[in-house]
Amino acid sequence: MTWKNTADYVIIGGGVQGCALAYNLAKMGAKDVVVLEKDTISSGSTGRCGAGIRAQWGTEMNCRIGMDCLSKFENLTEELGMDVGLNQCGYLMVAYRESEFETLKESMKLQNRLGINTRVVTKEEAYSICPGLNAEDAVGFTFHDKDGHADPFLTTFAYQEAGKRLGVTFHKFTEVTGIKVENGKIAGVSTTKGDIAAPVVVNCAGGFSQHVAKMAGLELPNFSERHEIIITEPVEFGVCPPMLMSFTGNYYIQQRPHGSIIGGCSPEGHPEDYKYGNSWQFLEKMAKTIHKLLPRTKGIRIVRQWSGLYNMTPDRQPILGEAEDIKGFFLSVGFSGHGFMFGPTTGELMAQLILGKELSIPIDMLHYRRFATGELINEPAVV
Amino acid sequence: MADKEKDIVVCRCEEVTLGEIREWIAKGYDTFDELKRVLRVGMGPCQGRGCREIILREISKMTGTPYAEIPQGTIRPPAKPIKIGSLAEGGDR
Repeated sequence: MTWKNTADYVIIGGGVQGCALAYNLAKMGAKDVVVLEKDTISSGSTGRCGAGIRAQWGTEMNCRIGMDCLSKFENLTEELGMDVGLNQCGYLMVAYRESEFETLKESMKLQNRLGINTRVVTKEEAYSICPGLNAEDAVGFTFHDKDGHADPFLTTFAYQEAGKRLGVTFHKFTEVTGIKVENGKIAGVSTTKGDIAAPVVVNCAGGFSQHVAKMAGLELPNFSERHEIIITEPVEFGVCPPMLMSFTGNYYIQQRPHGSIIGGCSPEGHPEDYKYGNSWQFLEKMAKTIHKLLPRTKGIRIVRQWSGLYNMTPDRQPILGEAEDIKGFFLSVGFSGHGFMFGPTTGELMAQLILGKELSIPIDMLHYRRFATGELINEPAVV
Repeated sequence: MADKEKDIVVCRCEEVTLGEIREWIAKGYDTFDELKRVLRVGMGPCQGRGCREIILREISKMTGTPYAEIPQGTIRPPAKPIKIGSLAEGGDR
């Protein structure tokens, strides 16, 4: 691909955030949008994620974004002209402690007030939503039938293909090595392929976003955690009809329409980590969790395990906005494990912000200045 | 001849044809990992043992990049599929 050393908008990171933003910028009329990806599109956190999409959140901001992203996903295949593999099977939240169930019910009240029809279900109902489930030790369940999952690869590629049709340029194997700031304004980026002068640079670098921010002299309080995950061979659909998720149980398990079952959990102690790696300890732990919850999976084979980075912020809500002292430097980072599901919405919101349009959901409170002023609203609903 | 080649199943686990693989290489998905993500080649029980080399050769032919210079793609554990029950019940012994 030919190299051009100027652009109007440079996006760092070819995950769902970068690709959705590029598409939305071009759709709103922006010209000369360039996406820089150090590996290949969807090779980082997006392509490694658990694929879930939900509106069952514990803060108003995340509920609003979650609700909007569900409706966007419902129309995405049509809008982008490529199947994104949506399956709205519902999320069945499983609580094993009374205090956890109380938190779920508190969140449900908030969700209901915002128009998200989450409900408490009895154990009998839970077992009819997920036949074969063994949750005798659970104390309560909530369910939202519009939640579900989509294919992170296809979604990101669909944005890439739609973006290309609108004139967006994608450079893979192109790593950003420096960000130029002159007189408090963005001047451009340096990369392993050459320099690009640009007045707007957007940090969509996922697990490495704080390293990229530092290139512009900006310190962000986020850090990354490595989360592991497994997938089984494809089996008959219906082994795990909903997404099963629990915070104290520490798991999420779902079956893709294609038949494979995906399962993951949080690492113990949540250590800061930037490497992708796999452990047999996780493989054994996750197999035990799935086996206990869905005993009939015992003859199903695990074919692959991998890991990815959650880019965590102190309140587990994303950082969206423009840097305070660096005009033209925008941030769409810190998604704390739910960047894929928020992508269609935050990609649109960031494009609106960058182009100076009216925002469809106000995102002022997601600016990183909240960490300095202490205006944090902690999101309780993260696995 | 070319038409017949199009229908050859290259990834037997996921039933992906040579025609589909060529179509996506032409769109710029010219690494094994990108083709894996978009077509699921190499994601089945054989984990690419059957299709990887054929696909890498196809990428080489279409892009003109020497075979040896094309990244072979990520190979992930476990080496062989393992039953959930075997892992769950065997761990403590």
